[in-house]
Amino acid sequence: MEHIRTTKVEQVKLLDRFSTSNKSLTGTLYLTATHLLFIDSHQKETWILHHHIALVEKLALTTSGCPLVIQCKNFRIVHFIVPRERDCHDIYNSLLQLSKQAKYEDLYAFSYNPKQNDSERLRGWQLIDLAEEYKRMGVPNSNWQLSDANREYKICETYPRELYVPRIASKPIIVGSSKFRSKGRFPVLSYYHEHKEAAICRCSQPLSGFSARCLEDEHLLQAISKANPVNRYMYVMDTRPKHRMQSWWATQKDIGRIIVRISSKIWNDEKIRESDEKKRLNAMANRAAGKGYENEDNYSNIRFQFVGIENIHVMRSSLQKLLEVNGTKGLSVSDFYSGLESSGWLRHIKAVMDAAIFLAKAITVESASVLVHCSDGWDRTSQVCSLGSLLLDSYYRTIKGFMVLIEKDWISFGHKFSERCGHLDGDPKEVSPVFTQFLECVWHLTEQFPQAFEFNEAFLVQIHEHIHSCQFGNFLGNCQKEREELKLKEKTYSLWPFLLDDQKKYLNPLYTSKSPKFTVLEPNTVSFNFKFWRNMYHQFDRTLHPRQSVFNIITNMNEQNKQLEKDIKDLESKIKQCKNKPTDGILTKELIHSVHPESPTLKTSLCFKEQTLLPVNHALRTIEGSNPADNRYSEYAEEFSKSEPGVVSLEYGVARMTC
Amino acid sequence: MEFAELIKTPRVDNVVLHRPFYPAVEGTLCLTGHHLILSSRQDNTEELWLLHSNIDAIDKRFVGPLGTIIIKCKDFRIIQLDIPGMEECLNIASSIEALSTLDSITLMYPFFYRPMFEVIEDGWHSFLPEQEFELYSSATSEWRLSYVNKEFAVCPSYPPIVIVPKSIDDEALRKVATFRHGGRFPVLSYYHKKNGMVIMRSGQPLTGTNGRRCKEDEKLINATLRAGKRGYIIDTRSLNVAQQARAKGGGFEQEAHYPQWRRIHKSIERYHILQESLIKLVEACNDQTHNMDRWLSKLEASNWLTHIKEILTTACLAAQCIDREGASILIHGTEGTDSTLQVTSLAQIILEPRSRTIRGFEALIEREWLQAGHPFQQRCAQSAYCNSKQKWESPVFLLFLDCVWQILRQFPCSFEFNENFLIMLFEHAYASQFGTFLGNNESERYFPTLEQILQVSG
Repeated sequence: MEHIRTTKVEQVKLLDRFSTSNKSLTGTLYLTATHLLFIDSHQKETWILHHHIALVEKLALTTSGCPLVIQCKNFRIVHFIVPRERDCHDIYNSLLQLSKQAKYEDLYAFSYNPKQNDSERLRGWQLIDLAEEYKRMGVPNSNWQLSDANREYKICETYPRELYVPRIASKPIIVGSSKFRSKGRFPVLSYYHEHKEAAICRCSQPLSGFSARCLEDEHLLQAISKANPVNRYMYVMDTRPKHRMQSWWATQKDIGRIIVRISSKIWNDEKIRESDEKKRLNAMANRAAGKGYENEDNYSNIRFQFVGIENIHVMRSSLQKLLEVNGTKGLSVSDFYSGLESSGWLRHIKAVMDAAIFLAKAITVESASVLVHCSDGWDRTSQVCSLGSLLLDSYYRTIKGFMVLIEKDWISFGHKFSERCGHLDGDPKEVSPVFTQFLECVWHLTEQFPQAFEFNEAFLVQIHEHIHSCQFGNFLGNCQKEREELKLKEKTYSLWPFLLDDQKKYLNPLYTSKSPKFTVLEPNTVSFNFKFWRNMYHQFDRTLHPRQSVFNIITNMNEQNKQLEKDIKDLESKIKQCKNKPTDGILTKELIHSVHPESPTLKTSLCFKEQTLLPVNHALRTIEGSNPADNRYSEYAEEFSKSEPGVVSLEYGVARMTC
Repeated sequence: MEFAELIKTPRVDNVVLHRPFYPAVEGTLCLTGHHLILSSRQDNTEELWLLHSNIDAIDKRFVGPLGTIIIKCKDFRIIQLDIPGMEECLNIASSIEALSTLDSITLMYPFFYRPMFEVIEDGWHSFLPEQEFELYSSATSEWRLSYVNKEFAVCPSYPPIVIVPKSIDDEALRKVATFRHGGRFPVLSYYHKKNGMVIMRSGQPLTGTNGRRCKEDEKLINATLRAGKRGYIIDTRSLNVAQQARAKGGGFEQEAHYPQWRRIHKSIERYHILQESLIKLVEACNDQTHNMDRWLSKLEASNWLTHIKEILTTACLAAQCIDREGASILIHGTEGTDSTLQVTSLAQIILEPRSRTIRGFEALIEREWLQAGHPFQQRCAQSAYCNSKQKWESPVFLLFLDCVWQILRQFPCSFEFNENFLIMLFEHAYASQFGTFLGNNESERYFPTLEQILQVSG
């Protein structure tokens, strides 16, 4: 590798980020083509993937050496002290080069080889089949059909080839509407609720400054509302804050008016909603437009809803502030909370959650279809559509279903993963933790509904790890077209089969799978239900973690129970066999007795204290050749599995305080 | 006094009750000497039985003939009663107000309560100091039981029996008592069997401005040190506050007179500062605006978690001194009845697995809070909704329970009990049918005849 000047530096110190005593580990630093590796004197290895590096800083020379600080996208922060400045400089320069690649072809995924043959690789890519998923939802049906309009990416480059639209929407209508919408992202189906016959649709904003009406777009919205036989009223949810919307409102208003005009002809007999509803809407319209609004009597079959999720730039700086605050050594409680507040992070999370709840309610309570959009329809729209679907459909709360959800609402609908995660050396203003926020919202749901999800927190953290790792092809590129051009399915591997192979690690032991398909989650978004997600943002700061894991205990207990049940069955079948041979009566007795020695294990496992955990990592498999950082959960398991000391030792990190 | 004098309207029909987590219920409201009862007389709806002593504050509102009483309870519940008829409403309100603020301890409900269950254990004699001492005496012979406070004469807030170093006689203890605040001479709080180190607690030394010293006091605490070993004195006040205390006759141990001891100052708040913190916290929790920024800034401004962190850090420090450094410690603040007990009891939870069992935790509360003379009666007189602002009202015990909960969160597999147990203890500390938390110390509990009354643990 032309970028690597020094491959090995000895006597490097690794400082502990939160320890109050200036503890450090001394070891050797290695630079490979893909990873930075630190091996300390206890032979403990720290692997850092170059693609995970967000920022490298060389600080001013000190007496003990030259400090090198590396911040990673997975929230690891390491602080090395390299004895010689020259070495430090070499490593610094190499890392700068290695962490920012200019071409997709230089990313790890293109060289990563898990030793699979081509057919295995292909099967991996076929694991998630979106056509299958739409079939599961119940489309195509009498109201919705597959459109071939975008088969060649002619109408919209950032949409997938296969799109579902109302059956009555003809191709000219679609083409016309796409010209009226930003980036050609016209309204299409995201989720169909079979039971309520209502749909979640998504699109981008109408082109601003476009003062003329667009009949085709009006027709398309019309078609969406007609595709719902239960409720003809539909919501248009604008996920952007109202104050940013005033200029846009004028155009949207026209659409509403026009649709109403058309619809009032068609549904003349349709009952007009109660006047207070109209007044409320009117007031909202006035506030947003800054002026009065005519035709209020007709304005009744589309309801506009603003939910106020901030844009990518606000989110980026919010996360930055949050991390700054939480990275402070010796943080006081009040600094923690004032920092948490001023970062605004939890406020943004709550906004996304509230939007998804509104969406889910519109569908379950009113059976109304909802059209969601933001500006381009690939950030906030993806958040709200996917989270809304997750609230509505328990399938998305399974491991496989969650993968499908990400494939559908994020990958295929063109969330710009490569730009938002900064895979390549690009515009830093395009980087934003939009997907991280989605994962965090899901985490908050798992906290409120611990039995509703098949997966656990580690699954979310692992997915987050891989959106940045560039180890698998799934998240490379910004849309499906780009991915096809990169020939990802031939040159790289899909992440999902590897996660599925490893799913034991990601299973939630409390999950109750028996809930019916449409069990709606109704989360409570009172402010104090939102907590700082320590296990994400401090996943590498081991001192800040609880010392005992209830999940591991339950998982082990379940496994023990399964084993015991199996033993019982075995023994019962043996008893049956023996009974068939009546002469062996004595043996049967012995066999019954032999069951007893098992029961004390069960008893102790139910006991609360001093339980030595079975090391979970026996059950875990490491993917050969995979990123060693993946294994950190098994490291935790090791830590948990150490028998509990008589003294519970506490080192208080503020982030661990809960209220 | 008869309760009937205070109850002008014992019964009102068609009262509507609103309370959290339940649908509104219409029923009959009854007032008794100790309870406010609302029953719909239907089997499927639960009745409300509210102890008057649980009532922290009440508000009245009138809309036409319909009166509304909002009752704010010491356990933070807020319930609303819609009462038809202005006169009834006023009567009820004034009765509740009078009955919830009775000042005579013998009129309290525990003196009238007859349990409906079989009493399986005499709770008053479940955790005797003698039994506690037996646990230690197998490991060490350096300590003894002293009956010097049998008549509560040496220290009114201590129990009759305390554990002291064997080499110190009762005469010396009497002298030391005159040198310590409230007569609270250093006594054994915890013996760490692993290495023989101890936690002692006391009141502040009364050094005053002229640096008074007491040879017996020095001898007493030095007697707990092994040869060549040093110990730590943890003062729960900041150095500044401790220095100011000298002007009022209090003070701290001078290095010159206690050369074998190292003094560490921490700053754990006490009194109304904590009460105000609780009031702000509960107000933030009851804020229904659902606004994230407001919640976070209110939570921060309440400082509640800052107090929690300070107490926990001090307890961790104490535990580290004992277990890691192998050094004995003496803990005191001013009186030695509040922050001192928070630290000694939390340190034991950290150090001693037995105190993390239900029975062990009950023993800990009995020993370190009840017998050690935490003034429950004063501290828990009012809760988060009161406006009286008395200096002695303070959620010291609640903070302790919260600290335990924080440890429980981090070590979920190390405790026999769950958070419900902690909440139950909180509720009983503020209002209870049991006499356990009545009074301010053992002597007050001793003089009224409380023998008939049951322990919470009964």
